[in-house]
Amino acid sequence: MKQNNMLETVMKYVFMLAAFTSILALLAICYFIFARGLPFMADYGFGQFLFGSKWQPAQEIFGLAPMLIGSLYVTLIAFVLGVPTGVFAAMFMAFYCPPKLHKVLKPAMNLMSGIPSIVFGYFGLQVLVPVIRTFSRSLGIASNGMSIMTAGIILAIMILPTIITMSESSLRAVPKTYYNASVGLGADHDRTSYVIMMPAARSGIFSSIILGIGRAVGETMAVIMVAGNQAIFPRGLFQGARTMTANIILEMAYATGTHQSALIATGAVLFVIILIINGIFAYVKRTGVNY
Amino acid sequence: MSKVLRGFTYFFAAVTFAALVWIIGYVLVSGVPHLTADLFSWKYSTDNVSMMPSIITTIYVIGGSLLLAIPFGVFAGFYLVEYAGKNNKWVEGIRIATDTLTGVPSIVFGLFGMLAFVTAAGFQYSLISGILTSAIMVLPLIIRNTEEALMSVKDNLRQASFGLGAGKLRTIFRIVLPIAMPGILSGIILAVGRIVGETAALMYTLGTSTSLPNSIFSSGRTLALHMFVLSSEGFHRDQANATGVILLLVVLVINGLSTWLSQRFTKGGQN
Amino acid sequence: MVENNNLKIKMQAENMDLYYGNFKALEGINMPIYEKQVTALIGPSGSGKSTFLKTLNRMNDLVEGCRIEGKITLDGKSIFDRDMNLNTLRKNVGMVFQQPNPFPMSIYDNVAYGPRTHGIRDKNELDEIVETSLRGAAIWDEVKDDLNKNGMAISGGQQQRVCIARALAVKPDILLMDEPTSALDPISTLKVEELVQQLRDDYTIAIVTHNMQQAARVSDYTGFFYADPETGPGRSHIIEFGETDQIFNNPTNTQTADYVAGRFG
Repeated sequence: MKQNNMLETVMKYVFMLAAFTSILALLAICYFIFARGLPFMADYGFGQFLFGSKWQPAQEIFGLAPMLIGSLYVTLIAFVLGVPTGVFAAMFMAFYCPPKLHKVLKPAMNLMSGIPSIVFGYFGLQVLVPVIRTFSRSLGIASNGMSIMTAGIILAIMILPTIITMSESSLRAVPKTYYNASVGLGADHDRTSYVIMMPAARSGIFSSIILGIGRAVGETMAVIMVAGNQAIFPRGLFQGARTMTANIILEMAYATGTHQSALIATGAVLFVIILIINGIFAYVKRTGVNY
Repeated sequence: MSKVLRGFTYFFAAVTFAALVWIIGYVLVSGVPHLTADLFSWKYSTDNVSMMPSIITTIYVIGGSLLLAIPFGVFAGFYLVEYAGKNNKWVEGIRIATDTLTGVPSIVFGLFGMLAFVTAAGFQYSLISGILTSAIMVLPLIIRNTEEALMSVKDNLRQASFGLGAGKLRTIFRIVLPIAMPGILSGIILAVGRIVGETAALMYTLGTSTSLPNSIFSSGRTLALHMFVLSSEGFHRDQANATGVILLLVVLVINGLSTWLSQRFTKGGQN
Repeated sequence: MVENNNLKIKMQAENMDLYYGNFKALEGINMPIYEKQVTALIGPSGSGKSTFLKTLNRMNDLVEGCRIEGKITLDGKSIFDRDMNLNTLRKNVGMVFQQPNPFPMSIYDNVAYGPRTHGIRDKNELDEIVETSLRGAAIWDEVKDDLNKNGMAISGGQQQRVCIARALAVKPDILLMDEPTSALDPISTLKVEELVQQLRDDYTIAIVTHNMQQAARVSDYTGFFYADPETGPGRSHIIEFGETDQIFNNPTNTQTADYVAGRFG
C-alpha cells in the first residue's frame, strides 16, 4: 500500500510537469522572438520601423509599413470575400441542407480544413493567377496576375472551413424552441432562420470570424506563391504586395546580423498582432451566450 | 426579402463547395497522369525527383514529434482534468498558454525553431530541429483533444471506481482512459495531419535537403516541402502536381480516420 | 435518542459538522450505525442525508472545499486518522449509488474490478468471487450464462443489482446505499428491497431514501434529517433517531410526525 501511495504522488507530479510545458513552450517562444526583436526595434526606432515606407536590407533600411499594409489589404479582401460566403454557407449547412446531403458535405468541410496551405498556394499559382492576369488585362490593368486580389481570394477560400464549421456548430446549438416560437407566429423558414436563429448564434459566428482573420494574418505559404512579394506599397488591387509573413520567410535563409534582427522584429510584430486577435477571440467567446 | 436571403444561402454554399471541388479536381487531374513508379524510387536525383525520400522523412518527423508530443500532451490533459482543482490559478494559466499556442502562426514557430534549435542549440538544419519544432506546434492540439475526451467521461463512473477503493491512477488508466481513447486518438491524428501539411515551420528547421536523413542531426525534406521546392524551382511542374496528389490522398485518409474515430466516440460511458 | 445496548455500534458520528467552504451544511450530527442492522436516513430534499452518507466512506474528500469537524469512527477508530488508508476504508465501507453506474465492460469484469484492484489475480478465485457476489445480489440466475455481456446492455434494475454485486465483491463490512431505487421501476425496486433484507444477515447497511414507505419496510433504525428554514439555509441536523417502528408510529418530535405523515417534504 505504501508503494502505491508513492507511485500515486510521483505520477501526480509527472502529470503536473507535463502540463507546465505549455507555459514553458510559450515562454521560450516569447523569449527568442522578443529577445532580439525588441532591442532591434528600440535601436532602430519603433516609429521608423513600423511606419518606415522603404524596406531595403542592403542599405540597412528596414521600414515595415509596406508589409503591414500588404497584410492588411490581403486580410481585408479575404474578410470581405470570405465572411459572407462562409456565414451564408454555414446557414445553409445548419438550416437548409437536407440530412442526406449533410452526411456528405460535413466530411467534405473537414477535408477542406485539412488541405495543406501549399496545395492551396499551388492551385492559386497554377489556376487563379492566370485567371486574374487575363481578367485584369481585360480591364485594361497591366498585371501579371500575382496580386493582393489573388492572395485575398485564396485566403478567403482557406478560411471558409474555419468560419463554416464553427458557425454551423453555434447555429445548431441555438435551442429549437426559438425556431418553433417564430414559425408558430407565422414567420416563414427564411425569416426565422435569419432574423431569429442567426442573431442568437452571433457570438459563435463572431468568434469564428475572428479565428478566421487570425488564420489569414498568419498564413505564409499560400500567400508567397501568389501575391507577388514586392516589398512596396501595393499600387492597386491587381498589383503585387508583400505580407509580414512573406517578409520573414523569403529573406530568412540568408539574412544575418541586423537584417536578421529586423526579420525577427517582423516576427515579433506579427506575434503581437496575433495575440491581440486571439485575445479578442477569447473575450468574445467568454462573454457569449451558452445555452 | 426571404427570397433574396434564400438565394444568397444557396449561392454561397454552392460557391464554397464548388471551390473545394475545383481545387481537388485540379490537383487530381493535373497530378495523377504524372504519377509514375519512378517517382517512388528510393533515390532522389535531379533527373528523377523521387518523392520517396521525402515520404520517409515525413514519417520520421511525424514519428519523432508524436513521441514527444503524445506523452507531454496526454499527461498534461490528465493533470488538467483529473487532478487540478477547478479554480486553480495555475490551471487558468496553462489553459491560456495552450490556447495562445494554438493561434501562433506556423512561420512564428519556424522562426522560433530556427533561433532556438538550429542556431542556439547548434543542431543546424536537422531532423531534431524539425521534430522539436513540430512537437511544440502540435502539443496544444493534443492537450485540448485529450482534455475534451477526458471531460466527456461521465463522472459517476469515476465515483464508482473510487467507491470500490481504487486509487486515482487505477481509475484513470482502467476506467477513464479506455472510454476517452477514441477522442484522444482523434486528436493525435489531427496532429499528424497538421505536421504532414506543414511547410513554413519546417523549412528553416528541418531544412530542405534532398537526401534521406541518416541520423537525427541530418537534414531532409518532408513531402509538403518537396512539393514547395519543386514548384518554386519551376523545372518539375508535373512532378510537383504528382506530389500534390499524394499529399491530398494522405490528408483524405487522415481526415477519414479522424472522423470515423470521433463517431466511435458515442459508445457508452460518455456524457 | 434511543441506543440499544445489545447491539454493537459499527460506525458512529460524534458532533460532526460539515462545511462546503463557509456554508455549514450539517450541524451537530450524532448518530450510531448498528452492526448488521439496516439504518435508514430520511428527510426532505436537501436535508443533507446523502451528504452525511458520503462522509462515511470519505467520498466527500473528492468535493473541493468540503471540510469536516467532529468525529466519525469505524469500529471505534476515527476514519480521518492519518494512518487510515483511504482505499482500504472504501473497501470496507462499500457504496451503491442512486443512478446505476456499471463500467462499460462485461458484467464479469465489472464485478471483478474491485477484487482485482485489491490484488486478487487468480482466475479461479475471481470466478468464485464473481459468482458469490452475483448470487448475493440476487441476479446470478439472470446473468450466469451471459457474463461477458456488457454491463450497460442490461435493464436499469439489473444494472443496479450488478452494481450491488460489484460492491459486495470487495467483501465490505458496511454497505452504504444512496437512494438505490429512486431511478428504478417498481418491480426492480421491490427486488432490491428484498435484497436489502437478505443482506442484513451479513452486512451492516445504511440506506438513504426519500421514500418513507421504503424506509418503514426495509429498515430497523431510522434517522430523520432536517434543515430548519427558520435557522437559515443549511445547518441540517438529526431531529430524531430511533427504532423504525417507533419513529413511524410514535415519534417524539412534532416535525418528525409531520414529515412521516406526509405533511411536508
